[in-house]
Amino acid sequence: MSKANTIAPRDTAAPRNFGTILKDLDWRRYVIYIGFVVVFLFFAVLLRDQGFLSPNNLLNIFRQTATITVIAVGMTYVIACAEIDLSVGSVAGLSSVCTAMALSQWGLVPGILAGLAVGLVVGSINGALVSLLGIPSFLVTLGMLGIAVGVAQWITASAPQPILNDTFNTLFGSGNFGPVPGLVVWSAIFVAIGAVVLNRTRFGRQVLATGGNRNAAEFTGINTKRIKFQVLLISGMVASVAGMLYAGRLQSGRFQWGSGDELSAIAAVILGGTSLFGGFGSIIGTLFGALLIGLINNGLILAGLDSSQQQVVRGAIIILAVALARKK
Amino acid sequence: MNTADNVVEMRSISKSFNGVPVLKDVSFDVRKGEVHALAGGNGAGKSTLMKILQGVYQADAGEILIGGKPIAINSIQDAKAAGIGMVFQEFSLVPSLTVAQNIFLAAEPLGTGGLIDDRAAVRRAREVFSEMEVDVDPRAGVSRLGTAYWQLTEIAKALAQNAQVLIMDEPTASLARHESEALFELIDRLKQRGISIIYISHRMDEVYRLADRITILRDGHRLLTAPLTDVTPEQIVEGIVGKKIEGQLSYRARDHVAHDGAPLLEVRGLNAGQRVRDVSFSLRPGEILGLAGLMGSGRTELARALFGIDKVDGGEVLLRGKRVNLASPQQAINAGVALIPEDRRAQGLVLEHSVQDNLLLPLLGRIQRGPFLDGAKAKELSSSLIKRFAVKVAHPHRPVRLLSGGNQQKVVIAKWLGTDPDILILDEPTAGVDIGTKSEILDMIRELASAGKAVIVISSEYPELLAVSDRVLVLKDGSIIRDIPRSEIADEEYLQLAVQGV
Ligand SMILES: Nc1ncnc2c1ncn2[C@@H]1O[C@H](COP(=O)(O)OP(=O)(O)OP(=O)(O)O)[C@@H](O)[C@H]1O
Ligand SMILES: [Mg+2]
Repeated sequence: MSKANTIAPRDTAAPRNFGTILKDLDWRRYVIYIGFVVVFLFFAVLLRDQGFLSPNNLLNIFRQTATITVIAVGMTYVIACAEIDLSVGSVAGLSSVCTAMALSQWGLVPGILAGLAVGLVVGSINGALVSLLGIPSFLVTLGMLGIAVGVAQWITASAPQPILNDTFNTLFGSGNFGPVPGLVVWSAIFVAIGAVVLNRTRFGRQVLATGGNRNAAEFTGINTKRIKFQVLLISGMVASVAGMLYAGRLQSGRFQWGSGDELSAIAAVILGGTSLFGGFGSIIGTLFGALLIGLINNGLILAGLDSSQQQVVRGAIIILAVALARKK
Repeated sequence: MNTADNVVEMRSISKSFNGVPVLKDVSFDVRKGEVHALAGGNGAGKSTLMKILQGVYQADAGEILIGGKPIAINSIQDAKAAGIGMVFQEFSLVPSLTVAQNIFLAAEPLGTGGLIDDRAAVRRAREVFSEMEVDVDPRAGVSRLGTAYWQLTEIAKALAQNAQVLIMDEPTASLARHESEALFELIDRLKQRGISIIYISHRMDEVYRLADRITILRDGHRLLTAPLTDVTPEQIVEGIVGKKIEGQLSYRARDHVAHDGAPLLEVRGLNAGQRVRDVSFSLRPGEILGLAGLMGSGRTELARALFGIDKVDGGEVLLRGKRVNLASPQQAINAGVALIPEDRRAQGLVLEHSVQDNLLLPLLGRIQRGPFLDGAKAKELSSSLIKRFAVKVAHPHRPVRLLSGGNQQKVVIAKWLGTDPDILILDEPTAGVDIGTKSEILDMIRELASAGKAVIVISSEYPELLAVSDRVLVLKDGSIIRDIPRSEIADEEYLQLAVQGV
C-alpha cells in the first residue's frame, strides 16, 4: 500500500532540550518510586536515633510487609481485570486456622494441603459466582469476607490453634534461608512469578485485555468468563498461602490473622499504579506500594505515635499518593 | 472579505501533541447561516481543530474570533457561552434521564424555592423540538430511544443553549439511510434560521448535498477553502488523498469464484434470537457476498451468530462440507472465521492499550517462545502488520485511543487479517475512514477474495456494497428475502428498492 514513511518515527519535533524531556516524562507513572524514596529519606533523617536504618529494622519492614505483598500480588490480577476481591483477609485467617488444625491432627503435608484447599474452594466459589452468574465481585467477595471469617471463628470456637511443627514454622515465615529471612524469600518468589506471568505470558495479556475492554476481548476470542474465574481463583489461592505465612510466623492459626488486609492490599495495588478501572497492572509497582505502606507503619511506630494517630497519618499519606498518581 | 460576516474565525492555529505537530498554521472561518464542510484524510486534524474551537484543547498558537472579537476559549463552558455547540460523536447524554432532563442538564429551569421545574423543562424542550420540526417526546427516557433520537436530543440540547454554530463530526456514521435524510432536512431548516454548521464527513455525496463551502486539511495544513460550486469532486478527492484515485467504487468482475467444488461455508436454516430467522445460504472460495438491509434487518446479528457470539437456536453451519459447532468466538476463530465488528471502539479495540498490544491480541499464540511472550517477535510481527496496512502511528507503544478514527479502523482490520482467516466477515468496514483508506480497504477485500478466501461484507453504503460484492443477499426482519447476483443489479436504485422489499 501507499505511503512508505508511515511508521518512521516522526522526529520532526523541535530539538529536545532537557526541559521538554522533563516535561514529557510521564512522572505520574513513577510516583510510587519517587514517593517511596522520599518517605524513606524522610524517616532516615528524622528517625536516625531511633534505629530506623539499622539492618535489623529494615529486615523487619520486609518481614512485616511480606504477607501484604503476597496478597497484593494476587489482588493486582483481580484489579487489573476490573474486579475486586474483598475476601482475601478472611481467607488468610481461615487458611491459617485450617492449616493449624490439620497439622496437629495429621501432620505437615495434610496441613499445607488444608490451607491451600481453603483458597481453592473460596476462590472457585467467588470466581464461579462472578463469572457464571454475573454477580458483581464487590458483592460476592464482601459476602465471602463474612462467611470465611465466621467459619474460622466457629470451627475454632474463637481459640488460637498453636502450631508445634518446627518444619512448618521454619518453612513458612519463622525461619531463614541462609542470611535471608524466609518471608522475604516468599515475597520475592511471588513478586517474580507474578510479574513474569502478567507481563510475559498469554494469560497475563488476556487478563489486561479483559480488564481494559471486556467486549473487545470477547470479540477477539478470549474467554473472558474463564479469565475472571481464574483471577479470583488465583487471588484466593495466594491469600491462602499468605494465611500460612501468618501461621508460620506467629506459630499459630487464628481467625483474626489477616483481618483488614484486603484494604492494605488494595491500597498497595493502587499506589503501585494499577488502574482501579482495569486494563493496567504493575506487580513491581504493587511491591513498592506494599513496601511504602510497611515503611510508613514502621516509621510511625518508631516515631512514637499511638495507633489511632498512626491510622490518621497513614490514611492521609495514601490519599495524597493516589491523588498524585492519578491520571490527568 | 469583511471579518464581521464571520460568526467564527480561527486564525493561524497551530497545535502539537508531545512534540508532533498536528495542526500547522490553519485558518478557518464560518459565515452566518452557512454549512461549511471540513474534509481531509484520517488524522488530518479535523477533529483536533474542532476540539480547539470547543475548548477541549488549547491551541499552541493562533487566535479565535467570535463575531469579529478575539476571545479565549479555555473550556467547554467558554465555548458554550460563545454560542458554539457540539453534536458529539460519542453521545454525551445520560441514559438514565429523560430527553428533557438531558437537554437542560446543568441549566435546569428553576421554579419556586429554587427547585427544578421539570414541567417547564418539558415545555421548553417541546418548543425546541417544534422549532426543529421533529417529533420527539421530551418525557421519554433516553435509554429507550434509538441513535437517531439521541442525536436529535444532542442537537436540541445545543440549540436550547442558544448555539449559533453547531459542530457535527461524522453525524451520519451511526444513522440509517432514511434517518440521515431526515438529518439533512433538519440541517437545511437550521441554516435558514441563520445557524451555522461545521460539517465533518468522509462521504462526498453528503458534502455535496449540504455544504456551501469546503475546507480541506491535509496532514495538518489547510489545502484550500472554496465554495463547492468552484471545485469538482475529483479535485476534492485528490486534495484529500494527495493523489488521483480512479474507479474505486466501480465493480470489477473477478473470475476467481470457484463455482464448481464444495462451498466453503454453508448455512442451513439458521435461527438465532429474534433477528435471525431460518437463514440459508452458501459461500464459495473467492466469493464476496454483500449483505444489504435496513437497520435492524438482522445483518449484524447474522454475523454475530456465525462468529459464535450470539447463541444459535437452530439450524446448522457447515465448513468445507463438515458440520461445525460455533458456540464461542474461540471456536469460530479456530475454524478459520474472523469478524471485524461494527463498533471499533466498543468491540474492536482496547482503547487504552497500545497499538501493538491491540494488534497482537488475537495472535498471542504466534509470538510465544515456550510459555513466554517473545518481545522481539512481538515487535517484528506488529511492525510488519503496521507496514502492510499502512497504519499511521507515531509510535506503536502509544495508546490506540490517540489514533484518528480511520487509523483505528485499520488497526482492527490488521488485527484480524493477521490471523489469516479463511472466512472473513466485515461489518461496516469503512465507517469513519477517509476516501483514500476506503479504496485501500475495498482493494484489500478484493485481493483476499482473489486469494481464495470467502468474504462477507455488511454495509449501509450501497455504492460500496456494489463495488465489491459478487452477490448480494437482502435481509428483512431477520430473513433473506432476495439473493441477487451482482450482474443482475443495474444500479443503486435497484438495490434500494430490493432492500425496501418493493
Ligand atoms: N490527545 C492526543 N494526543 C496525541 N495525539 C493526538 C491526540 N489527539 C489526536 N492526536 C493525533 O493528531 C492527529 C490528528 O487527529 P484528528 O483526530 O484531529 O484527525 P481527524 O482529521 O479527525 O481524522 P479522522 O477522519 O480519522 O477522524 C492524528 O495523528 C492523531 O493521532
Ligand atoms: Mg475525527
